[in-house]
Amino acid sequence: MPAIEVLHLQKNYGDIIAVDQLSFEVPRGKTYALLGGNGAGKTTTLSMLLGLLLPTSGTIRILGIDMIRDRFKALPRMNFTSPYVDIPHRLTVEENLRVYGGLYGVRHVKRRISDLAEEYQLSPFLKRRYGSLSQGQKTRVSLAKSLLNEPEVLLMDEPTAALDPYTADQVRTALKAYQARTEATILLASHNMREVERLCDNILMMKQGRIVDQGSPVELIGRYGEQNLEDVFIQIAKGSELPR
Amino acid sequence: MTQASFWDSPRRIGAMIMRYRFLMMASWPRLLELAYWPTVQMILWGLINRFMVTQSDWMAQSAGLLIAAALLWDVLYRAQLGVSLVFFEEMYARNLGNLFVSPLRPFELALSLLTISLLRTLFGVGVAAGLAIGLYHYSIFDMGLPLLALFMNLLVMGWAIGLMIVAMVLRFGLGMEGFAWAVIFAFAPLSGVYYPISILPEWLQPVAQLLPSSHVFEGMRLIMNEHVFSIEKVIAAAELNVVFMIIALGLYSLAFYSARQRGLLLQMGE
Repeated sequence: MPAIEVLHLQKNYGDIIAVDQLSFEVPRGKTYALLGGNGAGKTTTLSMLLGLLLPTSGTIRILGIDMIRDRFKALPRMNFTSPYVDIPHRLTVEENLRVYGGLYGVRHVKRRISDLAEEYQLSPFLKRRYGSLSQGQKTRVSLAKSLLNEPEVLLMDEPTAALDPYTADQVRTALKAYQARTEATILLASHNMREVERLCDNILMMKQGRIVDQGSPVELIGRYGEQNLEDVFIQIAKGSELPR
Repeated sequence: MTQASFWDSPRRIGAMIMRYRFLMMASWPRLLELAYWPTVQMILWGLINRFMVTQSDWMAQSAGLLIAAALLWDVLYRAQLGVSLVFFEEMYARNLGNLFVSPLRPFELALSLLTISLLRTLFGVGVAAGLAIGLYHYSIFDMGLPLLALFMNLLVMGWAIGLMIVAMVLRFGLGMEGFAWAVIFAFAPLSGVYYPISILPEWLQPVAQLLPSSHVFEGMRLIMNEHVFSIEKVIAAAELNVVFMIIALGLYSLAFYSARQRGLLLQMGE
């Protein structure tokens, strides 16, 4: 059974089709990327996977659970991070993590926070207010929040946005280590081609709400006769409009 | 590492209450605000009460009537604000996206808002009630157990109005914020807080009877003026509160459904 199973997913806003008959599967323990230009439907897809947005039609199964009918059975086993969704600014980092630990029912939450703080170099600012942190520090806290419950499925929107190259690299290494340890499934939406190349087993190229191509980074680069993933992305983005 | 079950609800509600406690402890202006307005109200109405007692036989019969009215009105106001303002805090923090991808269910959020509202109301009105004893030698607790019935009815009505405001903000955005501060005052003239319902125009009196608060304040005056506890008034208020709560929960559920249809939960904020 795949960790994520999406079948004929559709989201319309009136006459606008945001996601158009999307179907894909992510096997357990793999990392997939949703790649596409602005407005391709990546965030809309993630929102539907998380149960924040109701699809117009189609089915979503995460860990075998129907997300439209039973999302609360799956949510404790999932998590999400995005630099565009905030965490309360007035609470300290530790307080925020304790609150989310309570929401996710994390056992031994203090020890878990301490482990994450060490892994993501959060210890120096655990007692500082989240709002006083730099954007890079906030992104790391957000990542720590998303790993609090040791999720089996992790959805990420631009996971290393606003991080300097060194810290971003450390975060990717930590994510790889987390996945190796837990066999978690990761689906990320990103514009960072280097990140996608390094982290992902497979890429779903999206355009106008549809998957227009998919394959491993090596396969896609070879298929389009390009030197790197960025050129593949540009070639697909430049391509003619898809017929509706 | 974790598995959802219905019995996890109290833990998640506890986490939301802890989140609010952290917020309050980190912000003395928020703590001050809790007691500020009830205290100002108390001082103002205490002085008016003191003056009126010397001017009116009716007032002289029941010293402390206006103070009791001001305190009970504040229960209604605090209960409503306690629900809507605490929800606004999550919107200001742009935290709703993270909350709703967690296992926190909408009814658990509602229950945590109601619990926090109760704690805020007890604190704010408690300070004012203490001041009334100190400044005017009037204790609202002299009403005894009937006070609990009046308090609970006003609390539940405030909760219902607060949840209706949350529903409107979810549906229409933070532009409705100003409404949260003002809406309760529309109920004041019809509730007969400081005067009997019978002085309202005849055509308006049936409308006033549809508000739980009008029965509560009528009941309060019966206790203070005639030393009679009217169980009928309490039951009438409770029945109307059931209707208010059903409407509020319906609107709240509909607003969440609508927000999920329109994809507002991830982007909602200032």
